[in-house]
Amino acid sequence: MMATIQQEDKVNLGAKKFIMWIFIFTSFMLFAALTSGFIVYIGGSKAHGLNITLPISFRYSTLVLIASSVTLFIASRSAKRLDFAKQTTMLWITIVLGVAFLILQVYGWYTMAYKMHIYLVDPNATRSFVYVMTLLHVLHIIGGLVWLISALSGSIKRIPQVKNLYRMEMTSIFWHFLDIIWIYLYVFLLLNQ
Amino acid sequence: MSTLAVQDHGVAHHEEGHEHHHDTFLTKYVFSQDHKMIAKQFLITGITMAVIAMLLSILFRIQLAYPDKTFPLLETLLGRFAPEGRLDPEFYLSLVTIHGTIMVFFVLTAGLSGTFSNLLIPLQVGARDMASPFINMLSYWFFLTACVIMLSSFFVQKGPAGPGWTIYPPLSALPQAMKGSGLGMTLWLISMVCFVASSLMGGINYVSTVLNMRTNGMDLWKMPLTIWAFFLTAILGVLSFPVLVAGVVLLIFDRSFGTSFYLSDIVVNGQVMPFEGGSPILFQHLFWFLGHPEVYIVIMPAMGISSEVMSVNSRKPIFGYHAMVYSLIGITVLSFIVWGHHMFITGMNPFLGGVFMITTLIIAVPSAVKTFNWLATLWRGNIRFTPAMLFAVGMVSFFISGGLTGIFLGNAALDINLHDTYFVVAHFHLVMGSAAIFGMLAGVYHWFPKMFGRLMDEKLGYLHFWLTFIGAYLVFFPMHFMGLDGVPRRYYAFTEFASMQRWLSVNMFITWAAIMSACAQVAFLYNFIHSIFWGKEATQNPWQANTLEWTTPVERIHGNWPGEIPSVYRWPYDYSKPGAEEDFIPQTTPLSETMSSNVPHDFEDNPAGLEALSKWSSTQKANEEVK
Repeated sequence: MMATIQQEDKVNLGAKKFIMWIFIFTSFMLFAALTSGFIVYIGGSKAHGLNITLPISFRYSTLVLIASSVTLFIASRSAKRLDFAKQTTMLWITIVLGVAFLILQVYGWYTMAYKMHIYLVDPNATRSFVYVMTLLHVLHIIGGLVWLISALSGSIKRIPQVKNLYRMEMTSIFWHFLDIIWIYLYVFLLLNQ
Repeated sequence: MSTLAVQDHGVAHHEEGHEHHHDTFLTKYVFSQDHKMIAKQFLITGITMAVIAMLLSILFRIQLAYPDKTFPLLETLLGRFAPEGRLDPEFYLSLVTIHGTIMVFFVLTAGLSGTFSNLLIPLQVGARDMASPFINMLSYWFFLTACVIMLSSFFVQKGPAGPGWTIYPPLSALPQAMKGSGLGMTLWLISMVCFVASSLMGGINYVSTVLNMRTNGMDLWKMPLTIWAFFLTAILGVLSFPVLVAGVVLLIFDRSFGTSFYLSDIVVNGQVMPFEGGSPILFQHLFWFLGHPEVYIVIMPAMGISSEVMSVNSRKPIFGYHAMVYSLIGITVLSFIVWGHHMFITGMNPFLGGVFMITTLIIAVPSAVKTFNWLATLWRGNIRFTPAMLFAVGMVSFFISGGLTGIFLGNAALDINLHDTYFVVAHFHLVMGSAAIFGMLAGVYHWFPKMFGRLMDEKLGYLHFWLTFIGAYLVFFPMHFMGLDGVPRRYYAFTEFASMQRWLSVNMFITWAAIMSACAQVAFLYNFIHSIFWGKEATQNPWQANTLEWTTPVERIHGNWPGEIPSVYRWPYDYSKPGAEEDFIPQTTPLSETMSSNVPHDFEDNPAGLEALSKWSSTQKANEEVK
């Protein structure tokens, strides 16, 4: 009897994980739409190039985000190996790196606006695109941080291993995706600068 | 056998645990996480929104029929929106906009997919509920919020949004452009963001449930066509709605933060606006990348429902099941590469226009496959004309007559003449408006017993069908001729243009036909509400159908099946199978119980079964010889 119920539950967790995968598709479509919009916009006129050097802090934020993916990977592995202390530490480090990423992005906007005098409102909307893309990505990162915090609290409270792994996996899928999508956006903008 | 018994015992115990936990009114009817209740919430909200949008259309139809008359009643009802009993011209635009928005998104997307995907996906694939019941509940509440915000725009000073349901900038991007671009437009955008969130949550759940939570034996090729249609519809929504969000986010930036994504070289009231370098065409690309898949999001669930209803009521297997699925997949894929046909006259490169024209015309192929398969399903069937069946057949009729004009409009050269005329209005109201709403009504009549445990009245159903069916044709058919004559859509008063004056009498005719169809909906509403409480009580399987939802008890319990979830052994369309005892064999009947009706085809991937069949038939033959 327990076996049947547990089996049903397990199937359901699988379906929930699948929900995260589909969400990633929707999210990807959002950024794909923005980048294709960018391309269509550039195609509209010769005057529409980015023609700026992206702030250096975006480069650092990329490195920070990649590092956070690595620490999250280690956290996941420790969770699977039942090394919960290490899992907690690694999750803390990931969260700190995530917050650092946020700060670096905001600093990037600050550099663009106050040092380079490139504002959101610009007759050349390719520059506005930089703000909109990074802003939407930052909103996703905040969502990712919420997942990280839920995984961390699960790890601290020592919730049942099945749930702990479930939260870790959901968080990992989402966070690695955010990492990849940022690299995609950054490379896209670099290629167009 | 012993394992089975043990398992049964276990599940029964599990269910007892469920009974101990009591539902309060709030958890049962309001914040319900049960997919069947959420389906009903979607349905009733959808019907309410449909009635509102229909009344809006009657208002602007009155204006079109009698542009110079005054109706003091209108002023009493609408106040400043109808000064001296005539509709305000800008309010007319708002009416058209909100009618379109509500019908396309709130009724035919949320009301249709939301209701029937929620109701039927878990029931027909054999699941206790959705993958995430909580997200499913959120989906409804976001939808309701979107509805409330959309309707609240009628109560702001400048009235609701007015730039048309496609909200093209620059009109929609400049709050000072007209009344309908002000606060009403902002509310429209907020409402749509909530709506998209709702659709995505719903769609993600549907896809995940179909792929992960099917019962034993329910492989993809044993799913009813309804599930295939809902599944592909959800995929379309999941891939296309985010693109609308991107477009809308950029529009919000243009409206509220002064960016120039879509705006360039604009002068309002003699004042030069600071916007430079934007491209309004960019919005059209982003919008129609959603907008075209959206029309398939609207029609595909109706197709799935009609396929199921027509097969059940013709007492015949659906003709060409695999072809039906592949044509749905074909439509899904093609719908992403045809959006340019909405933009032929934007100065698009004629070569690109040609490409979009070809992809568009290719959609005629899967559509025709579906149409012929429906007709072949009806062909020599043992047809039962239930109201649901009539509406399903009506859906096919509208799909044919509206689809044919799609071939005209898909031609870039012809579209230059027909673009933005009443021809387009006639086309999409038949092919996606009427067809989809008929599919939805077929679903309501057919699955009403599954939702409320009672049957709807048949006589009122027939009255409803005939008045609506005839009414819809009387309304939309004459519009083709107006469009061919070049009458543009969204014009306020035909008396203002000499070339359009001769169409006034036709407009009067259309308006009265529309009022007749609107009155016919009273028959439906009365029937619907009355039957919920006092309808004839339904039996477990009132239509003698094969699909899984009819194996659940009439009292719609949480978790759907009291014991174990049934297993599935065959496809859902074994109607009138030669040699069978009855003219239907439910999906839960194993092939071993129906030896007399089995055919070698039933055992394609099952050599042991095939052997058993040949052994059985040889013994049969031997027995015959003995006799």
